[in-house]
Amino acid sequence: MAKRDYSLLGPDGARAVETGLAAAEWYHTEVPRKVMKELMQRSNAPAIRDTLLLYGLMIAFAGIGIYLWPSWYSAPFWLAYGVLYGSASDSRWHEASHGTAFKTPWMNNAVYEIASFMIMRNSATWRWSHARHHTDTYIVGRDPEIAIMRPPAFFKLILAFVGIPDVIAFFPRMLYNAFVGPTAEEKTFVPQSEWHKVVRVARISTLIYAATIALAVYLQSILPLMVIGLPRMYGAWHHIMTGLLQHGGLADNVIDHRLNSRTVYMNPISRFIYWNMNYHIEHHMFPMVPYHALPRLHEIIKNDLPAPNRSITEAFAEMWPALKRQLAYEDYFLKRELPPTAKPYREDFHVAALGQTTAAAE
Amino acid sequence: MTQWIDACATDDIDAEDLIRFDHAGATYAIYHSPDGKFYATAGKCTHEDVHLSDGLVMDHMIECPKHNGQFDYRTGEAKRAPVCINLKTYPVKVEGDRVFIQVA
Repeated sequence: MAKRDYSLLGPDGARAVETGLAAAEWYHTEVPRKVMKELMQRSNAPAIRDTLLLYGLMIAFAGIGIYLWPSWYSAPFWLAYGVLYGSASDSRWHEASHGTAFKTPWMNNAVYEIASFMIMRNSATWRWSHARHHTDTYIVGRDPEIAIMRPPAFFKLILAFVGIPDVIAFFPRMLYNAFVGPTAEEKTFVPQSEWHKVVRVARISTLIYAATIALAVYLQSILPLMVIGLPRMYGAWHHIMTGLLQHGGLADNVIDHRLNSRTVYMNPISRFIYWNMNYHIEHHMFPMVPYHALPRLHEIIKNDLPAPNRSITEAFAEMWPALKRQLAYEDYFLKRELPPTAKPYREDFHVAALGQTTAAAE
Repeated sequence: MTQWIDACATDDIDAEDLIRFDHAGATYAIYHSPDGKFYATAGKCTHEDVHLSDGLVMDHMIECPKHNGQFDYRTGEAKRAPVCINLKTYPVKVEGDRVFIQVA
């Protein structure tokens, strides 16, 4: 296979459109309509509880951090605050962008805007980017949210644990969006009718960061940046740790989420921070099922899915060697065995990806 | 030329739900609203080629199962991103226990 071109304007994306790989019909496990309707039902209660807990903890941790500043005793509180700011915001951004977190639309929108700001994503752009991610999950040249490209850039992946690549990419883009408009790539997935929103959001973000930096200069202290901005770096590690597991080391250019997504059992704290996105095959197969119903969905369809990894550690132990092999052999990926109760992979659907590789059955 | 097509029985669709109906190479969605009325729209989302019949009906909204875009199925109006283009609607009538839709 030729070297992958991840540009949304490049030949791989064009070929995916020509071959019907883009915007294709994906495999779904069969779930009775009545059961699926029940799973899809919206509710405000779980998300209100979790949001109050999240913001309450953030205020408490930041408050104690400020009170103890500049003592090193403040460090644990900043670390806790940072994870909630720089990692939990990723899952809140994600679930609210689907409109599934809350039943009430304005609550989804409010959490979405706050979380987008914290995770440093333009809320107008990324709503569309994520729609494409669900249409063309890990289709090279189509999906703008491929976290691990092949061959993997390990140094960049490791820097991502402290947010460096994302932050470096964010600020020039924010200024470009604020003063020029959407970039050429963004225009491929953001409708023209929404471009003014991209600009407006970027200008608001620019103002908030400018005010924070001005306050830091005025106070001659980085404390304001410890509250706004820097936690996107010192608290990013958890969302990178969990995010890499979503698709890392698995197939690309396929139309069966069992081949390109990973479900991992996690501890309750990580599941709170990650809002149950550890059930990632389930989420991609049925994106309308709210986060709080994903464990139930998992129980219903798990017999049709590869066995989940039993912990974050086990998932990394599976993924990391596969990524290392992709350094030398770009086409390598993990093809996980299905249980006997599952419908088999439709190899004929994935000729381009499966037919030309020596995929390993793990 | 328009014609009325016998699409389904009234009890084929639960209240606050929908079904898919295919006819003459076209696909439609037929809805049973919570207030007991029936409506019909084009069967696929205007954003991408996805059948709405797997989506969720909430009051008078239909939510696309792929990207959660929403339409008011009474008017076809696009109500939530990523859908921007309205959904085509079709006249519906109920005769006895049958639901008919008028198609071109």
